[in-house]
Amino acid sequence: MKFQIPYFIFHIRRILLCCSIALLLCLSFQLSAFGSEWKGVDESVVKKFAKEHGREAKDPLINTDQGDLLLFVFLLAGAVGGFAAGYYWHVLITEKVHRDIKKDYSLSAPKDK
Amino acid sequence: MKLIQIPVACFILSMFFVTDAHAMHISEGILPLNWAAFWLAVALPFVAYGLWKMKKMSSIDVSFKPLVGLMTAVVFIISCMPIPVPTAGTCSHPCATGISGILLGPAMSVLITSVALLIQALFLAHGGLSTWGADIVSMGVIGSFTGFLTFKAFRSFGAGIAAAGFMAGLFSDWATYLTTSVELASGISGDAPFFPLFSKIVIAFIPTQLPLGILEGAMTAGMLRLLYNKRPDLLVKMRVLRPEEAI
Repeated sequence: MKFQIPYFIFHIRRILLCCSIALLLCLSFQLSAFGSEWKGVDESVVKKFAKEHGREAKDPLINTDQGDLLLFVFLLAGAVGGFAAGYYWHVLITEKVHRDIKKDYSLSAPKDK
Repeated sequence: MKLIQIPVACFILSMFFVTDAHAMHISEGILPLNWAAFWLAVALPFVAYGLWKMKKMSSIDVSFKPLVGLMTAVVFIISCMPIPVPTAGTCSHPCATGISGILLGPAMSVLITSVALLIQALFLAHGGLSTWGADIVSMGVIGSFTGFLTFKAFRSFGAGIAAAGFMAGLFSDWATYLTTSVELASGISGDAPFFPLFSKIVIAFIPTQLPLGILEGAMTAGMLRLLYNKRPDLLVKMRVLRPEEAI
């Protein structure tokens, strides 16, 4: 019987990377349940010192900090930003490689004839 | 990168955003008007120079634009991504201006940071319009120039691309928060002496920013290494690498 190496072994590095990211995400969210309020440094440092010296933050011009509206805006911004980053990465890396392959082919094609 | 990985990356990134805005940007109204105007006056020449540089680079090389688009998205996402720091019990974010300063040059990096900060101030209740100038100076100007100069300095001493990138990310993050401390202390101290307040603010930032700076260093090194493996020609074009260093 011929021994075959399982296919997933070839992707072990990618699998490990995905598992690490998932673990990191789970851990960060889990830790937040045990910890304090997990305030941002804008609250715990900037606003705290400003308040001590008589300066208070004002509402922003377009106040999206109203209930779940801010979550929606952040989610939207994350999705759009993530898409843009992925798209330009694709243009820079994948399309460049395809262009090079096509260019090589077009250069070598007439010689073959 | 396969196309299927783009929506997966979007999903992972968007998970970070399902939380309130916890940031280091100085919020609207924190700085007095005179100080806000001063920092805006400091920032504007850098932004104008960045615009000029962008126009010049785009006319020379069209392939420059996807890199600018990528770095703008990266700076925008990372600079509003709250990361919990278990040692401090607080959240803060890296800035990504170190890597953008290295790849695009500090002038271009200031420009893209100013765009990212403007969108955040307008729609994400993150930072403020009156404090836009101060945030550009700390994150854009100081972060980008520190990252760029640190990278060049370490490279000139013979450090590898990843090691120099790590130090650039680390110092750009810490320099950003040091500048935020200067801006805050000078703006709110009033008649009180500057240095005691400044040192109090710096000390308060340390538990959060010390580990985050290391994370930013690792992130910068990782991104540079990835680009080195995938597109060394791009790094040569952006003068990050010498031609003989690209394999």
